[in-house]
Amino acid sequence: MTIALQYCNITVNDVDESIAFYSVLGLQVQNDVASGEYRWVTLGSDAQPGLGIVLSAPHAGRSKANGDALQELLTKGELPMMVYRSDDVDATFEALRAIDAEVLQEPMEQGWGPRDCAFRDPSGNVVRIAQAPAA
Amino acid sequence: MTPQELENLAHLRRARDLIDRRYAEPLDVPTMAGRALMSPAHFSRQFRAAYGESPYNYLMTRRIERAMSLLRAGASVTEACMAVGCTSLGSFSSRFSEIVGETPTAYRRREHDAVAAMPACLARHRTRPVREASSRIREASPATAA
Repeated sequence: MTIALQYCNITVNDVDESIAFYSVLGLQVQNDVASGEYRWVTLGSDAQPGLGIVLSAPHAGRSKANGDALQELLTKGELPMMVYRSDDVDATFEALRAIDAEVLQEPMEQGWGPRDCAFRDPSGNVVRIAQAPAA
Repeated sequence: MTPQELENLAHLRRARDLIDRRYAEPLDVPTMAGRALMSPAHFSRQFRAAYGESPYNYLMTRRIERAMSLLRAGASVTEACMAVGCTSLGSFSSRFSEIVGETPTAYRRREHDAVAAMPACLARHRTRPVREASSRIREASPATAA
């Protein structure tokens, strides 16, 4: 038996604003599905074919009460982080800083492992980017 | 939530991120409030409502959590105190003891195997000291238990 991550979901306040942010990471729109007033946009990259990262709004497919609760946690910065791997973490950092993304941590060597940096995405999700080990 | 409420929460988040990033500098509440585009009094109330503690307490908890990390890595108590932005060793030690439940010297001396195995970005959250919501309940318990 083999298993691999195929889709993961990221909750964002504004899908289009988020596409602009995540495209700087090299993620491209692969699918854009609308239902009612909401959209589910799948991003992906040639660097990891077969993995889809799906953006949707807090209220997409939820009751107002649950959407409100999720949106509050998202905006307060309390949702779990995503960790990406870049073959050039410093270049990725500069690219995100160039679009005025909110910096949480400049690139630094971590005592436990890789060099990494961290940002908030436009909605408040933590995006941590680690240097990929040399091949 | 209204767009205004969301905007306010995002401002509070940016102020909290500022504390997390610049804890080692002399940070005061007016500086934090400026990041949130609010008056200090309004900011303190809103921050407490969103995050459950005052901005100053959040800063001190962050400093103590970082000091715990430095002590685990072998720094002296004085080094840890200065490195996290505390200028008085006495008030650092009493704040540390209040939050962690033991003195920095005692904390430094004992083993920390489980935390040592954790990546730093996880340890930062997992080892963050949790303040008791209400100390009154705990203070009252010996009397009721007897």
